[in-house]
Amino acid sequence: MTHTVKRDRMLVGGFALAVLTMPVWMTPLGAGYPDLLQRFAIYGIFAIGFNILFGLTGYLSFGHAVFLGVGSYAAVWSFKLLSMNVLPAVLCAMGVSGLFALAIGYISLRRSGIYFSILTLAFAQMAYNLAYSVLTPITNGETGLKIERVDPRLIDTWLSGPSTLIPSTNFFGMPMSGYSGFFFCAVLLIAAFYVALRIARSPFGAMLRAIKSNQNRLNYAGVHTRPYALTAFVISGIFAGLAGGLLAATDPLAGAERMQWTASGEVVLMTILGGVGTQLGPFVGAVIIKYAENIFSAFNPQTLHGIFAFLPDPIEDVVVTVTGLFVGNGWQLTLGTLFMLLVIFLPGGVIEGARRLGVLIGRKTAALRGRRSQPLGSALPASGAASE
Amino acid sequence: MALLQVKMVNKSFSGLTALNNVNLDVEEGSVHAIIGPNGAGKSTLLNCFVGRLTPDTGTVLFNGKSLIGLPPHRINQEGVVRVFQTPEIFADLSLYENVMIPTLARRDGHFALNAWSRADAQIKVREKVEHILDDVGLADARHVLAGTLSRGDKRRLELAMCLVQDPKLLLLDEPTAGMSRADTERTIELLKRIGERRITKIIIEHDMQVVFSLATRISVLAQGTVIAEGDPAAIKGDARVQEAYLGGAQF
Ligand SMILES: Nc1ncnc2c1ncn2[C@@H]1O[C@H](COP(=O)(O)OP(=O)(O)O)[C@@H](O)[C@H]1O
Ligand SMILES: [Mg+2]
Repeated sequence: MTHTVKRDRMLVGGFALAVLTMPVWMTPLGAGYPDLLQRFAIYGIFAIGFNILFGLTGYLSFGHAVFLGVGSYAAVWSFKLLSMNVLPAVLCAMGVSGLFALAIGYISLRRSGIYFSILTLAFAQMAYNLAYSVLTPITNGETGLKIERVDPRLIDTWLSGPSTLIPSTNFFGMPMSGYSGFFFCAVLLIAAFYVALRIARSPFGAMLRAIKSNQNRLNYAGVHTRPYALTAFVISGIFAGLAGGLLAATDPLAGAERMQWTASGEVVLMTILGGVGTQLGPFVGAVIIKYAENIFSAFNPQTLHGIFAFLPDPIEDVVVTVTGLFVGNGWQLTLGTLFMLLVIFLPGGVIEGARRLGVLIGRKTAALRGRRSQPLGSALPASGAASE
Repeated sequence: MALLQVKMVNKSFSGLTALNNVNLDVEEGSVHAIIGPNGAGKSTLLNCFVGRLTPDTGTVLFNGKSLIGLPPHRINQEGVVRVFQTPEIFADLSLYENVMIPTLARRDGHFALNAWSRADAQIKVREKVEHILDDVGLADARHVLAGTLSRGDKRRLELAMCLVQDPKLLLLDEPTAGMSRADTERTIELLKRIGERRITKIIIEHDMQVVFSLATRISVLAQGTVIAEGDPAAIKGDARVQEAYLGGAQF
């Protein structure tokens, strides 16, 4: 129990500061524009929620994108039927995806390990296919669900009469495009981070970690593990629904491709890349992957020829062909390679890497000062090591 | 009425009879040892008490209530708590958390949505955990990961995890196996101290020194059958026991 309240407050405070100042410090990295920053925040929420299930209980869902998709559809329907205000949209997204998570989790959690993963994957693929076929009246199939001028928007119409043009999404008048949209998402990201931290530190969180560690022992200690796992599943589904709702809030459109298995796989990658079960890891992983996607998918053969123009022509062609595989639409190949290297050399993810680096530097400076290289406590494997 | 009443319990595994018409009465406050050679069915019998196995036939009553068919967590909440033959602990959690989790489980029942308070701010839980860790001599290692402990320490930790739940009936499956002589002495001493709290115990043990220093009653199991039952003195003198289990060897 090394986590004092004070340390957690500093963690949340530091996180909030770092997130809210992203427009400033992301600019030198070429990522200081609202669209991308919004995506960082939204996928950060998605990954933080996923980590509540995967990081704490160890149950690896391979179908979490279904809640992202459901959240988006629910939000767009809220825009169409109720109001262009994002508040009801986000609440609808969370509520509907929570119900989906309850149903899918209830069935999937009857199995564990690989069978659980496959069940969740099957549900997600089913949802994806249904969205394209029989559910077209709800999802608008391949075209995707859009807002239209003729939508009823009951609350808006009731408050201010019918509008002649398609209004834009807003939070009580604050537009959801540009920086105000980013700050809206950022505040929700910070709230999500705080909630996840509270859960991790709570008795409920301790039970979830015990599920991951030894479910059998927990049963014989008098704990009914399934409702715990199901609650974690529903909470993480609601987080994913919130993320899906925010995707629709910042760009009011919902398509089934959001539920595709690649999207489910992406959140697994984000969490592992950043550090499973750590507080900061999932967000860090989300930022890295969305940043890399943005950079690498922007390259095309022309830009590559530009970069490698200094090479002799035949070599240039070969180099461009090879590197071309890794960029543009093929940027996932870069992602895959990056991921493999990380899992092999740094299985704890980026956060674990940073921690090791910190220990190394600490040791070096201590040695320079001629003191004994390690404080007594850190020689023991500390329980909280994986938590930051 | 005995605290635990076992009547005519049978269990076989694909043709192999592991338990054959086992009867057992465990009186409240007693320390009931079950001895017998390897493969006699001792662990199988305990498995039938805690819901890991369901007997083919027979009844198991605890406080007059049938335990058969109840899931493990329900049986635990009834007050029947078990230490396993191979330690079952939370290897990648700290010792403190290992003991805190069963403490919370006893306080909150089999499920509670306690997701907003801090686990480390529950003063009563904390006192209890610290106290029991102190009792088993592991307080200094409270922040160590449980998986890094020696086998003997793991057993002691599991014992702490069970004791903290204030069991009505504690089942101990070879609690000193794999322990050094000194550790065994400490464990006996600890079990005697718990005895003062009058927790009813069933103890499976090979070490006769441990058995005769703790038990108030002994049942001898061989090939799934109870071949003798009585107080320690009677068992010591029983010829069938000498033959079946001890092969005439000295106590
Ligand atoms: N789950 C099981 N499946 C099949 N056979 C088992 C199982 N559990 C125990 N047995 C068999 O039942 C007999 C009794 O085992 P056990 O109760 O572990 O003995 P003891 O604890 O007295 O050494 C042994 O022959 C063992 O091989
Ligand atoms: Mg055994």
